[in-house]
Amino acid sequence: MTTDKELLKGIDENRWDFRDPDTHVFKSRKGLGADIVRQISEKKNEPEWMLDYRLRALAHFEQRPMPEWGGDLSQLNLDEIYFYTKPAEAEGRTWDEVPATIKDTFDKLGIPEAEQKFLAGVGAQYESEMVYHSLQEHLAEKGVIFKSIEHGLRDHPDLFREVFGTVIPIEDNKFAALNSAVWSGGSFVYIPPGVTVDMPLQAYFRVNQPDQGQFERTLIIADEGSQAHYVEGCTAPVYTSDSFHSGVIEIIVKKGARFRYTTIQNWSTNMYNLVTQRAMVHEDAKMEWVDANLGSKLTMKYPSCYLIGERAHGEILSMAFASKDQHQDTGGKIIHVAPNTTSKITSKSISRGGGRASYRGLLKVYEQAENSKSNVVCDALLLDEASRSDTYPYIEIEAKDVTVGHEASVSKVGEEQLFYLMSRGLTEEAAATMVVAGFIEPLVKELPMEYAIEMNRLIKLQMEGSIG
Amino acid sequence: MAQLEIKNLHVCIGENEIIKGLDLVVGQGEIHALMGPNGSGKSTLAYALMGHPSYQVTAGDILFDGESLLEMAPDERSHLGMFLAFQYPVAIPGVTVANFLRTAINGHRQAKNPDDKGMPIPEFRKVLKEKMDLLQMDHGFAGRYLNDGFSGGEKKRAEILQMATLEPRIAILDETDSGLDIDALRTVAEGVNALQGPDLGVLVITHYQRLLNYIKPDYVHVMFSGMIVESGGPELALQLEEQGYDWIREKHGEANAVSAATGDS
Repeated sequence: MTTDKELLKGIDENRWDFRDPDTHVFKSRKGLGADIVRQISEKKNEPEWMLDYRLRALAHFEQRPMPEWGGDLSQLNLDEIYFYTKPAEAEGRTWDEVPATIKDTFDKLGIPEAEQKFLAGVGAQYESEMVYHSLQEHLAEKGVIFKSIEHGLRDHPDLFREVFGTVIPIEDNKFAALNSAVWSGGSFVYIPPGVTVDMPLQAYFRVNQPDQGQFERTLIIADEGSQAHYVEGCTAPVYTSDSFHSGVIEIIVKKGARFRYTTIQNWSTNMYNLVTQRAMVHEDAKMEWVDANLGSKLTMKYPSCYLIGERAHGEILSMAFASKDQHQDTGGKIIHVAPNTTSKITSKSISRGGGRASYRGLLKVYEQAENSKSNVVCDALLLDEASRSDTYPYIEIEAKDVTVGHEASVSKVGEEQLFYLMSRGLTEEAAATMVVAGFIEPLVKELPMEYAIEMNRLIKLQMEGSIG
Repeated sequence: MAQLEIKNLHVCIGENEIIKGLDLVVGQGEIHALMGPNGSGKSTLAYALMGHPSYQVTAGDILFDGESLLEMAPDERSHLGMFLAFQYPVAIPGVTVANFLRTAINGHRQAKNPDDKGMPIPEFRKVLKEKMDLLQMDHGFAGRYLNDGFSGGEKKRAEILQMATLEPRIAILDETDSGLDIDALRTVAEGVNALQGPDLGVLVITHYQRLLNYIKPDYVHVMFSGMIVESGGPELALQLEEQGYDWIREKHGEANAVSAATGDS
């Protein structure tokens, strides 16, 4: 068994906060416009239909008002953002093919090491492009596809065109439209019928330069009876000006398949993180979102499951940690479309140091989704008086014979808990960290061991200096 | 020999003075019972000794081996060798008994030596197993979340397990008998007796004599209205059993009638 210490040795607490020199090979001007969209499409040698799609999306983005719910977007100035930065000439198949400074970055983040130990495949994105993609050979032989979204479009044009934008259309929301206009990087994943991928497929997203935007697009098809687990992580150095990340993740889980998508979001606290993630879940299929948000300035993110086949199951485990100057507006959406579908949302949020965590969830059961069952549990933990927690649960039931449970709780780390633990010899910080770790235990225990260790480590870092 | 020395202690909760000049010395190897009617300030004393932030010491001192505890946080008092078995142990959901105990042990080790890397897991497992066997506890108990959904008896046994693991020099048992049926009471008392020895001083706080049938005190003190009003040997507990607390009230009540009515702890 790999111990905590071995896995984390040589890593200091600011291990994400380092900056590489700017070594891009191409960078668009600041700001957004049709010229930028054309430039991106041209750089990628895209077919005409994709350029048209992007321009339609841009038009929709421009005419659609900013959302007035959720977090405060008034300070987000898109004119100051670089929408496209190409870091390297080509994507590497081996780490040796990746430019040295960029490889060094991923070394520091421990990605190649993790790849050796416990991953089925790795994709690494730096600024706007994937710089590395690999997949274990035996999986490739079984027909598993795990490559950059650009290569997906190039190598599998028909499949790509058939499904792209069908789970999350341009018109879904303003930022889905923006991503559809300027998307770059992300993964294309196909798991063939009946194939089980035992180890996680990992995507890692890194933003290096200030004022950088990142708009990855991921398209995943889990074919009938297949099983896989996809994990994404993301970091950036801290800058005084804002950065902007807006991804779109589309997943199709076909009949009897089982797919889990885990996010460990640890952006720096100058990042706006506005992401749309959705899965179409077919008959007897199961989709699980494990969504942990620890970083960013503002995150608005509500992974969703559309249960469109009978007996489909959707599950969302959401964890948010909001510290000083952070607003985590997170949760999930479950839409029951077919009969006998089941779902579960579990949300755990922690606020401290004036941070704000909001749970925002939608549970909708359409009329035809008879005999469906859902359970929603939201627990919030407040560490101090300055912090804030809100709950916005929306429940719309049109069907009959539906079982829906909803529970919400807000608790404070109480003086009595701290006194009890301190009376056993724990420092105040260790005591508070223990209460928080226990609070999110139901989520952490769902993670593979390596990620559970990383998560507990992140929680400890968040708690450092939290007292006094 | 370690000893706990309480000198003319005055303790307030908010504006209310609950302890009004209390003196007591508990030496290592001794068992003291502190008895008294409800509201006499027994639990307040326990919390104040352990350093609960809501309990203010307004006068007097608490000495451990001659060193004042008053400026020390609860964890520092624990590191010195103080232990409080709570009347109402607090639930910590999601944290297993084993994980908690290991963190506590390592907290103690690191207090002594900041470079300590913590007790190796195999050694910890061995220690925990030994202590659980000593207290006749099922090993599965270690994997449960601390006090979360525990029965009254399980909570009290978990307290004694913590005491056994941390090996304090002075232990205060606050109403450890409350809420226990006779079987649970016996099990818990046997646990305490198994830990009893020349290295441990115990202050047993109890309302009833029945716990003292199982844990034999060397000294018995009666607390009333924030002070110790009677001290003696085990026979004093038997006298209270037979006669109740009325004679204490009659003998000591008048002078303290007003404060007794307001004291609630």
